[in-house]
Amino acid sequence: MSQVSLTDAADDVVGIENCRADFPALSQEINGHPIAFLDSAASSQQPASVIDTIAEYQRHDHANVHRGVYTLSHRATEAYEGARDRIGNFINAASRTEVVYTSGTTEAINLVAQTFCRPVLEPGDRILITHLEHHSNIVPWQLVCEQTGAELLVAPINQRGEVELEILESLLDDKVKMLAFAHVSNALGTVLPLSEIIAKAHSRDIPVLIDGAQAVPHMPVDVQSLDCDFYAFSAHKMFGPTGMGILYGKEAHLEKMPPYQGGGDMILEVTFEGTTYNALPYKFEAGTPNISGAVGFGAAVDYLQSLGMDRVSSYEIELLGYLTERLSTVEGIRLIGTAEHKASLQSFLLDDIHPHDLGTVLDHEGVAVRTGHHCAMPVMDFYGIPGTARASLALYNNNDDVDALIEGLGEVKEIFSA
Amino acid sequence: MTSPALNNEDLRELYRELILDHARSPRHFGKLPDATHSAEGINPLCGDKLRMYFRIDSDNRISDACFEGSGCAISVASASLLMDTVIGLNTDDALKYFSAFVGRLTGRQDSENDDTDAGINLGKLSALEGVKEFPSRVKCATLAWHALISAIHHDVQPATTE
Repeated sequence: MSQVSLTDAADDVVGIENCRADFPALSQEINGHPIAFLDSAASSQQPASVIDTIAEYQRHDHANVHRGVYTLSHRATEAYEGARDRIGNFINAASRTEVVYTSGTTEAINLVAQTFCRPVLEPGDRILITHLEHHSNIVPWQLVCEQTGAELLVAPINQRGEVELEILESLLDDKVKMLAFAHVSNALGTVLPLSEIIAKAHSRDIPVLIDGAQAVPHMPVDVQSLDCDFYAFSAHKMFGPTGMGILYGKEAHLEKMPPYQGGGDMILEVTFEGTTYNALPYKFEAGTPNISGAVGFGAAVDYLQSLGMDRVSSYEIELLGYLTERLSTVEGIRLIGTAEHKASLQSFLLDDIHPHDLGTVLDHEGVAVRTGHHCAMPVMDFYGIPGTARASLALYNNNDDVDALIEGLGEVKEIFSA
Repeated sequence: MTSPALNNEDLRELYRELILDHARSPRHFGKLPDATHSAEGINPLCGDKLRMYFRIDSDNRISDACFEGSGCAISVASASLLMDTVIGLNTDDALKYFSAFVGRLTGRQDSENDDTDAGINLGKLSALEGVKEFPSRVKCATLAWHALISAIHHDVQPATTE
């Protein structure tokens, strides 16, 4: 079974410094240069253990889950549900019933907006978010506000890209029915003080949803110790496959929420008179799920646990320090996002060169960075810029990648100063 | 699919002096108070946003044009070169330039001859031909041209490259 090959692969991991070799995509050259992949905040590369586990599952173990009495269906169900257990353990969920598979962070947030908030929101109620949110933590709330007459409130940020906590706190009143914000900003790298904010919201009985897409790959996350009500994240930003994510939700909330979609697997009994819904977490998982995605997600979590999230975190903090320090020495650089507590990425501008032009020249040097608004247009508006270039790090990056970026920026300057 | 490796000439060709010059000092940049046609071009991928103004006379001649907004070097240079090209043309001829230009950049028309056959000599617009080697940038170069079409057709929705 796939579990066996997965454990073997994890045993091969010797440490973060050498883990780059585990990622097949990172051994290639781009335009004659070793690839410097600095766009993991958009989507990360996958280790061979994830790729192989998915392939093994497809080769030997695939059938539909929760249905057949035959061997393959049993294996597929074991692999699918086993992955749920390991992902739940990874974020320290109290129970597997609190770990709902979704297609990603976006669907997880939409699910909460539509099933937790929509049934209870009334005109005049408020949803509070912050100015640094990704579009996926803005638009689902705008939709539910349009549907219910509720109002979307935005807590401001300062020039460093930090949320103004006192203002946020002052906005927490009886009308606020949900506080939703990012654990780590995808455009600015700001790490928000979760425990502090969650405690303040809870003291006023306001539930909290955390968009954890940019946090889970980079630091230990313990949903019980955070005491958040919901926590959403995506497999493809943490070395797993696309189309897969998790909504963690406190059981008491999930129990009360109506189903998000109807279909097979989410039911106990269907008659034309009515339907009894399945237990948690299946109530929210209508239809044949993304089984291979879940299996790959489980392998990604195994990989991260074999390295240890504390070690991943300290390795990346050091590397981010090196990135910021090297970028700061480049003449004409403007760092966007200079919060005191940051993780994994740095946005920047160089002279008056448009980020898109910068990205094209860097690609020519084998350096992959994201350029544009990073699905956070309000953040760009705040700084009065159309976009930035963003170098984002993951556990497989090293100083050589940073050096390649700095060298590439030299080439950019040469071309545009001509 | 693997695309062929780019070399230094490709990059220098993309960012040749004429392009950088038009990007730094775009021609016909600003508002056109007596515009009869106008359209916005938005490239959601990178946030390029251009507003194009045209004064089209009763004989369908584009007698003046301007644009404003922000974008990458390629999109701004392309808008600037578009202005230089279409002012003085009638709208039918401008549409021919659109087809020839977009065709050349997307590989639908390969050689100079094809264009000459269609009665179109791209002239300075050929400076943007280096974009062909950078598929992700073709949209930047064609954005202004899509906006021109929108403006001529009076489309209410902004033109996009999607």
